[in-house]
Amino acid sequence: MKVERMNIERINIDQVRSDFPILGLQVSGKPLVYLDNAASSQMPQAVIDRIVRYQSAEHSNIHRAVHYLSELATKEFEAARVKVQHFLKAKESREIIFTRGTTEAINLVMHGYGRAFIGKGDEIILSGLEHHANIVPWQMLAEEKGAVLRVIPMNDAGELLIEEFEALFNAKTKFLALSHVSNALGTINPVKQMVALAHMHGVPVLLDGAQAAPHQALDMQELDCDFYAFSGHKMCGPTGIGVLYGKAHLLEKMQPFMGGGDMILSVTFEKTKYNVIPAKFEAGTPPIMAAIALGAAIDYLNGIGLANIEAYEGELLAYATEQVSAMPGVRIIGTAKKKAAVLSFEIKGVHPHDVGTILNGDGIAIRTGHHCAQPVMQRFHVPATARASFAFYNTKQEIDKLVVGIRKVQEMFS
Amino acid sequence: MSDMRQLYQEVILDHNRKPRNFGSLSGANRHAEGHNPLCGDHIKLSMNVLDDKIETIAFEGEGCAICKASASMMTGAVKGKAVQEAETLVEEFRNMATGTLDPDSQTNHLGKLKVFAGVKDLPSRVKCAILPWHTLHAALHSEISVSTEGAADPIPGAEIGGQ
Ligand SMILES: Cc1ncc(COP(=O)(O)O)c(C=O)c1O
Repeated sequence: MKVERMNIERINIDQVRSDFPILGLQVSGKPLVYLDNAASSQMPQAVIDRIVRYQSAEHSNIHRAVHYLSELATKEFEAARVKVQHFLKAKESREIIFTRGTTEAINLVMHGYGRAFIGKGDEIILSGLEHHANIVPWQMLAEEKGAVLRVIPMNDAGELLIEEFEALFNAKTKFLALSHVSNALGTINPVKQMVALAHMHGVPVLLDGAQAAPHQALDMQELDCDFYAFSGHKMCGPTGIGVLYGKAHLLEKMQPFMGGGDMILSVTFEKTKYNVIPAKFEAGTPPIMAAIALGAAIDYLNGIGLANIEAYEGELLAYATEQVSAMPGVRIIGTAKKKAAVLSFEIKGVHPHDVGTILNGDGIAIRTGHHCAQPVMQRFHVPATARASFAFYNTKQEIDKLVVGIRKVQEMFS
Repeated sequence: MSDMRQLYQEVILDHNRKPRNFGSLSGANRHAEGHNPLCGDHIKLSMNVLDDKIETIAFEGEGCAICKASASMMTGAVKGKAVQEAETLVEEFRNMATGTLDPDSQTNHLGKLKVFAGVKDLPSRVKCAILPWHTLHAALHSEISVSTEGAADPIPGAEIGGQ
């Protein structure tokens, strides 16, 4: 209990909430209770201000001109790259490639690495927990090359079966694409151990960190993964920006994903010489404002402290799990021992969309549906779930409102 | 709309709990299947149409309360009606759900179906209410099961296929 109080105190919740203008909103005449953070998080004033400052006084195209604004924008854009480097504890800033989001980052690896190094009969391992963004690109590659997808199964709690995972490796295994944290169930996979296992078989690993990056400190040296992907909009930044981290020696031998300006050293009609990394993978004008805003979001999260965020959200999840699992007729889907702040649930006899609509009537925003993880839904034999996902600006009072809302749904449908 | 009881009225909850005309018809001469990939709502409709009249109709499938109640009440409303009358109801229901027909001030034949008027304020749920009606429209036009829709799809994003 003492520990619990300490963590709650480490986050000054009133201060934090006042940093987010949108949290003052009224929805359906009630104060907004925003519990859809796994889909997209909200933006603090500091990031909004950074966007305004960039657009008001710093904007131009980057890497292209000698004038004041172009140099300033270039400097700020590259400074954001360094912030991401430190955020991930990457060795070098050239290992950070800006993309539009996780989806594009994964597709980049599929095209740049997969198409060059994965061939007919080769095997790619995925987990049963993956978001469609980490399934479909590999399926496309498998179809194109005649490669085979192998899937790591999970138990009823939503935990991957590590022994079965080990048994999937053979001489044909060429790649492992794995989520760090599941968006549908919240399971935190033992990625460090799994990466080490894959490396024992000489297999490179991409981690989909879309749901991990906002909630815990990351260390690429410790995880030792070869690629790591995440999205800015799930970590208090804007949409339209994401990151692919890749080990330099791999990025260097990969093919470019898109062709265009900035990714070349020289172009003649006979031959184009590609630029060095990261430019090789950043064809065209990038989302400069969004990258700089992502840098500001990282500053903001660091100001609060990722360890504090992880501890605080852990308490919210424990509280919500305790409250909701005590309700008759409600089943929590995803009960892994190690979980991020995601609570997927099902109310007996009520379709999740009705749950979502009724909660919305009380200003409570949750996500309902398959969460872009249809194989997970199939594994648990549900068409969809209702999902509440928490951020460090949520409170126990908001979880209480969720519980009252669930009870109201049950009363209506009784 | 903040009072959800305006939408989730007792009639709707009752049809959700005990859907009428639920099941499949043997020897039906009209079929269609409607699917809303966003929600996972899935409706299978079978009918017997004789001399331009809907003699019997049944549906089965999985869906939210709005979709199931809409399907259940629809089957009750069109059973025994002429095809043209059913088509008029499809049109009116769609217009009500999308907010272009106010059932209280404009002439219509919706009757009890007016309980669904509230979905017009919930854009993400309009499709749930319309899906059965869209499927009915497809079934009426697909004596031998063809894939329908395309440009004329009144519910973009939903897939309807004759079967
Ligand atoms: C685990 C996971 N992977 C990938 C994605 C895709 O992210 P984005 O849509 O930002 O590219 C998401 C977001 O929903 C996610 O939760």
